[in-house]
Amino acid sequence: MSDAAPSRFESPASVRDGLRSVSYLADEGIAGVVFLAERLGKPILVEGPAGTGKTQLAKSVAELTGARLIRLQCYEGLDESKALYEWNYKKQLLRIQAQRVGESQGGEGWADIEEDIFSEPFLLTRPLLEAIRADEPVVLLIDEVDRVEVETEALLLEILSDYQVSIPELGTVSANQIPLVFLTSNNTRELSEALKRRCLFLHIDYPDVEREKEIVLTRVPGISESLADQVVRIVRSIRSLELKKAPSVSETLDWARTLLLLGIESVDAETAKETLHILLKYQSDIEKAAKDLSSSTAGSR
Amino acid sequence: MPTDVPALPTGSSAGLLESLAGFVTELRRAGIPVSLTENLDAVEALRHVPLDDRDAFKYALAATMVKNNAHWKTFETVFEVYFSLRGRQYRIGEGDGEGGEAEEMIADLLGSRQGEGQGGTEGLTHEQLAEMLFRALMDGNDAMLRAIARAAVTRYAGMEPGRPVGGTYYLYRTLRQLDLDSVLQRMMDQSKEHTPGGQTDLEERLAKEEYESRLDALRREIEAEIRRRLVADRGAEAVAKSVRKPLPEDIDFMHASREELAALRKAIAPLTRKLAVRLARKRRHGRKGPLDFRSTVRHSLSYGGVPADPKFRYPRPSKPEIMVIADISGSVAAFARFTLQMVYAISSQFSRVRSFVFIDGIDEVTDYFKGNEDISDAIHRINTEADVIWVDGHSDYGHAFEAFWERWGRDVNTKTTVLLLGDARNNYHAAQAWVLAEMAKKARHVYWLNPEPRSYWDTGDSIVGQYATHCDGAYECRNLKQLERFVEQLG
Repeated sequence: MSDAAPSRFESPASVRDGLRSVSYLADEGIAGVVFLAERLGKPILVEGPAGTGKTQLAKSVAELTGARLIRLQCYEGLDESKALYEWNYKKQLLRIQAQRVGESQGGEGWADIEEDIFSEPFLLTRPLLEAIRADEPVVLLIDEVDRVEVETEALLLEILSDYQVSIPELGTVSANQIPLVFLTSNNTRELSEALKRRCLFLHIDYPDVEREKEIVLTRVPGISESLADQVVRIVRSIRSLELKKAPSVSETLDWARTLLLLGIESVDAETAKETLHILLKYQSDIEKAAKDLSSSTAGSR
Repeated sequence: MPTDVPALPTGSSAGLLESLAGFVTELRRAGIPVSLTENLDAVEALRHVPLDDRDAFKYALAATMVKNNAHWKTFETVFEVYFSLRGRQYRIGEGDGEGGEAEEMIADLLGSRQGEGQGGTEGLTHEQLAEMLFRALMDGNDAMLRAIARAAVTRYAGMEPGRPVGGTYYLYRTLRQLDLDSVLQRMMDQSKEHTPGGQTDLEERLAKEEYESRLDALRREIEAEIRRRLVADRGAEAVAKSVRKPLPEDIDFMHASREELAALRKAIAPLTRKLAVRLARKRRHGRKGPLDFRSTVRHSLSYGGVPADPKFRYPRPSKPEIMVIADISGSVAAFARFTLQMVYAISSQFSRVRSFVFIDGIDEVTDYFKGNEDISDAIHRINTEADVIWVDGHSDYGHAFEAFWERWGRDVNTKTTVLLLGDARNNYHAAQAWVLAEMAKKARHVYWLNPEPRSYWDTGDSIVGQYATHCDGAYECRNLKQLERFVEQLG
């Protein structure tokens, strides 16, 4: 990484404080990795269960650094023309047709046209190329990268390691500034070694009780400390069960908001059971958790 | 000593470089693939973090070298071993810095009564230590707990330099003295007293979980302390070797400890999810079919009528029907469980899954899995309700197969893939291998999955060879990695 680029962060602690100021509560791991990524100029591969704030991390970092967020949502069947760039065929066709009209009146030759139609005005930039070509600081978010096929991953490799894109007709476009890149993955398949090697790896798990409580307090204004405490402890208790889908942080927040709206000050087993459907999305999970909550302490182990 | 570690920036000691090299070697030995570039990245990363910040140091190494969350635990253990002596607060002996602070706190708590202690914990009686532990646990005071863990190890573990005993032995000795079960009980009683009007069940339960997690933290702290001392005594490499554990995907089904089985259960869920996604994609994208004329013409419109982007119809091959016939006697039960779990998790990839379990009698258990999303429930029902004992409850493959053929043989047809699970240790009963020969004639495929290492096959009472000759393949499936590989080729 060139030394000319000014560092956006001083130390892991300053990243953490900065993220806190945009109400994203990071732990040491998250702050440390973001700091390193910025220093080393390397992308971050963020992995973890759904709803733990992977995408939010990228958004918050963008907000913190005042950078523009460019997002590439991955899906099955994503290809070069959607991720990198595409030639604007329709415009090219029009150009050629216009040329034919001009030719009858004695215009330029084919060589000129060819040069012309494969030039920048005919290029449609897609998110990856856009991030590379931006002059201002950019945060590039490549969301759910595990959804693309293994072969498509190769598209990303050049940009991730060298921050450049090769366009056969135009040459190589190098980055004006090194964007901060986040890739998120829900781990539905193993990513290729080549991709992993180029990234720093960050696993965001469910937060521990203290951090989750803080998150609830920050994100749900008006909630009392004792209720927040109860909420996160019950959630921890539910997460320890073997469920199809454990409640995520965003679901914890939804639940806390619901309880607040219902005007509940202290959760008892009954209320918890009645509002379980906000935390859990499978009927079998709800039944299991309800059964477990109603069983007494003696049987909880 | 690997030569691929470049020089660290000036200011860092050669000792760090050396332990880093050893650290990487140990990671590789433990099965974590650390490539040369990743190693270089790690060194580069260390340039940017303050070396006395232990957390930052740890995360810098983790982010650059460990790219799979399942490997995190292994990484952490190795890290503890190699870098446990770094950082001020972790220094052994009469602490200066933060460690000393906690000890001062202890001294403060003891106040004037314990004048001669000089801030150390040596002079404490057993009761005083227990009382302090209790109070620190109630308050959730981490620094205090760390100091107490250290004191407890000094006092109870009885560690002697050079003694070739594993860490678990010392851990056991320390924990026995601390008697954490009664501490937990006392904490529960105390918290009950402090709540006016009594606790509801839910409150009681939440309090208990909170205390249990604090006790777990204490246990981990003690473990770490013992490990630190072992490292100081024997050196990192020797300790690393003794604490090395297989990665979840490499755990042997047949010899997994209870703890390892729990790790397996945790590891299998994401694994099956990945497998299902992969199989579904394979099915959709497997081959290209004939040209889809209508769609091609529709897409040609955007290119001015030039069919530049031909579209194809994707064939939908018929899905196989699976029959799983599993031995669920003691030694191979865990293997049967995980295989069934995996097969059912991807059951949408098959037209139908039927399962049969046997010991010396055989029973169909397909219904247990039906309308039951929870696999452990189904397994529980299999273990309690299935009628699998014929005479004495010792595996009898021959009889089980014969009975299967008699009752369900006509259901096997050209669409059926049969999976036979077991170690084929037949207790010297008759093999009845003709059943498999018949089965192989009617079924699409017959596979045998054996959880034993291949070198044990056909030794003692194992007759897997007699059965395997009739199968399309016999596979060694000792761990999740091998099982996953096999199941993938099924779909």
